[in-house]
Amino acid sequence: MAFASYSFLIFLAALLVVYYTVPGRVQWVFLLAGSLLFYLGSGWQNLVYMLLTATSTYAATRLMERNQRVFDRKTAKLRNRGWLLLCLGLNFGLLGVCKLRLTFEDLLLPMGISFYMFQSMGYVLDVYRGSQRAEGNPAKLLLFVSYFPQLIQGPISRFSELGPRLLASHPRNEEQISFGLQRILWGYFKKLVIADRIAPAVAALRGPEHTGLSFLVLTVFYAIQIYGDFTGGIDIAIGVSETLGIRLPENFVRPFFSKNTAEYWRRWHITLGAWMKDYIFYPVSVSAPLRKLSKAARRRWPKFGKRLPVYAASLATWCCTGIWHGVTPNFLLWGLLNCGVIVISGELTPLYEKFHSRFHLREKGWYGGFEMLRTFFLMNLIRIVDLFPDVGEYFRRLGSLFTSWYVPFSDLGLTGLDYGILFLGCMLLFAVSLLQERKGSIRELLWEHTRLRYILMFLLFLTVLLMGNYGIGYEPGNFIYNQF
Amino acid sequence: MEKLLAILREINPDVNFETEEVLIDGGILDSFDIVTLVAEIDDNFGVQIPAEALTAENFNSARALYDLIRRLEDA
Amino acid sequence: MKKCTFWALCLGSLYLLQMLLVPKYMEQSPEGALTGEYYPEAGNHDVIFIGDCEVYENFSPITLWQEYGITSHIRGSAQQMIWQSYYLLEETFQYETPEVVVFNVLSMKYDTPQSTGSQSRREAYNRMTLDTMRWSSSKWNAILASMTEEERQWEAMATYLVPILRYHDRWSQLTNEDFSYWFHRDRVSHNGYLMQTGVKPYTDAYAEPPLADYQFGENSWHYLDKMVSLCAEYGTQLVLIKAPSLSPVWWPEWEEQIAEYAGKNDLLYINMLTCQKEIGIDWSRDTYDAGLHLNVWGAEKVSRWLGKILSGQCGVPDRRDQEGLAEIWAEKVLRYESEKKETQP
Repeated sequence: MAFASYSFLIFLAALLVVYYTVPGRVQWVFLLAGSLLFYLGSGWQNLVYMLLTATSTYAATRLMERNQRVFDRKTAKLRNRGWLLLCLGLNFGLLGVCKLRLTFEDLLLPMGISFYMFQSMGYVLDVYRGSQRAEGNPAKLLLFVSYFPQLIQGPISRFSELGPRLLASHPRNEEQISFGLQRILWGYFKKLVIADRIAPAVAALRGPEHTGLSFLVLTVFYAIQIYGDFTGGIDIAIGVSETLGIRLPENFVRPFFSKNTAEYWRRWHITLGAWMKDYIFYPVSVSAPLRKLSKAARRRWPKFGKRLPVYAASLATWCCTGIWHGVTPNFLLWGLLNCGVIVISGELTPLYEKFHSRFHLREKGWYGGFEMLRTFFLMNLIRIVDLFPDVGEYFRRLGSLFTSWYVPFSDLGLTGLDYGILFLGCMLLFAVSLLQERKGSIRELLWEHTRLRYILMFLLFLTVLLMGNYGIGYEPGNFIYNQF
Repeated sequence: MEKLLAILREINPDVNFETEEVLIDGGILDSFDIVTLVAEIDDNFGVQIPAEALTAENFNSARALYDLIRRLEDA
Repeated sequence: MKKCTFWALCLGSLYLLQMLLVPKYMEQSPEGALTGEYYPEAGNHDVIFIGDCEVYENFSPITLWQEYGITSHIRGSAQQMIWQSYYLLEETFQYETPEVVVFNVLSMKYDTPQSTGSQSRREAYNRMTLDTMRWSSSKWNAILASMTEEERQWEAMATYLVPILRYHDRWSQLTNEDFSYWFHRDRVSHNGYLMQTGVKPYTDAYAEPPLADYQFGENSWHYLDKMVSLCAEYGTQLVLIKAPSLSPVWWPEWEEQIAEYAGKNDLLYINMLTCQKEIGIDWSRDTYDAGLHLNVWGAEKVSRWLGKILSGQCGVPDRRDQEGLAEIWAEKVLRYESEKKETQP
């Protein structure tokens, strides 16, 4: 089932009615049924993959916990390592095979596999470390794995947070449901009115004839598309979950307001970043081999030796992040570029500080805006590597950036009206984001002003209804991150 | 404790580590700082902090971190 | 403001908006209005015509009345598919039981929804046939039968149930027609006949490349069988015809299959292409689009000729001296004649 479909809306309405009618103790059962039904909509074969993950996760964690109860910490860990590696190997191997088949045979990924698998493996690792108790009820674990709002493109949750919320009883709360619906509507706006509208232009600009300034325009347009698509889809996911009374972690916090790369990665795709940090970055950086290496290196190059864990762990993390997106070389390059920028800007920090103490630019009002624009362009020039499986082509176009000024705006599949709507839409997004950055939750601000809220929501609904790119004559709007 | 505070001050001289309680949650120390910290603690205290102990609880204040080091020393 | 008032206002304004956004089929594509024009007239028809444009542009019910007292209605629409014809017929029997049903067999060439061309074109024609059909189980089935495998989901049905979901983007293409016909419709046809008064003579022969396979598809036969059973059930005579349009090409191999079928099922089958001389069609004067369809003069000739068969062989009664009917049809004749005069080139 897709988010942008009538079947989904009907499914959600039906689920909500049932969910708030049954007693709180069993709400989770209906949630599980609903999630499986939702997933069946994408084919029963996909369900087999998910059950494989859920079963192996359940088995591994139960076995590990038994060892932890019987043996002391060290012994348990040694014994559990086997189960851990088996489980991780099976699942990530499966994921790898799927991604390879996607690349070479054009076979679609089972829906959400990158997301639910990472989520499940995080849980397995938590149990292995002893920071999480294993869930004894296989059905409850299956719910954690298959919970439907996050199957399309995340967010990736932790069992310690999501587990209890899923299993708790949820009395009907009008404010919560209303907030959820508002967020869903906002997500549809970003996705259908903005992202899907600019998509044909992005597709057109990928054509080989568009070099020079067009490459920069592609960068900006793709940034708009992926922002609308990804954050919109997450809004829908979190909004849907909110209507069920279950809070999911935020995945974005107005990322284009970031002033530097490090901040950007704390504001964009937050849950993936956090997963990578907790399960790859930290473990790699404190691992025994790396410690030994670092000690050895410090004898010769003291400064470098000290930083070695950071470099190595960053490299490992970003390689994984790149590959998570795709197994073609451009994704690996993307990961490495991000890593490079972060590490280099980290190393240059003392230089920056000297520069700023001299020139006092930070006090100037416009400097913040400059930093945001700089980060925006840097991050998106790197992000656009996504679109070029042929890495050489990417560099060719990047190199051609200043060779031509011509941009055939009228030839990109968008009408003047489309550009107008996109412009106004982006202005609205900007205004809303600014308001959120300064004043916090807009939904809470509006809660007191019922009449205004109803009018605004109705206008937003009309906008999506009339200007959304859905239906006959429009390309089916699959979410970009659904393919990762 | 003094040794620990010295290490922390080397990482970020502008912060008052004696009183600050939200080193992680407040974004004062980022993940790179943590890694550096772990390496320094290993050097100076001979204590290896495992990955699962790298949580906000243990790192939000110098005191919490010191307690962690003590626990690991005794283990 | 109370919540229910707000919701009522919302739904009300959305409904009004929907009425504004749906295509009106008055000036642009009036053939889209034909299906809906049956309902005010439903009942009291001895002959019902079913089929595509070869039916709603080649026969004049007014002429049939004037010359033979035959009451008829044409339930035609653009590119009407045989499954749509079947369900329209099924629906018609809910309103009346005619003596004769006349069906144009050209649509046998389109076996399944997929075989009828590009998705957007096909969809547009489906809409013109189905949009103004009243909701019933026949409409539901007609919609489902008109969808391809991929479309057969809630998504397409939802857009028929709530048309604003289909026509939402027309807000930037609204014309005067949409505003003037926001709340009402005018009648565009004469008992389902769409009058054309232009003249464009037929010039060159219409050639089409030969087909790989001339066999009509299973799905087409299936629906033809259903039509035969349905008519038999109600005791109605089913008459198969091939209307006298010069394009698309009616292949002799197709002719054979229909003639054979008609023989086997004891149905009257008339290929009007072979009777052109008898009918008296003059291809330099009687067509408005170079032979694809007849204009009003051609249609009248055809109706005059077919009417003889209908009243004679098929026994359709002459109702010119029936009280109520005479007045109603007199009005229709007036309207018909005045349109003929006004639109004459």
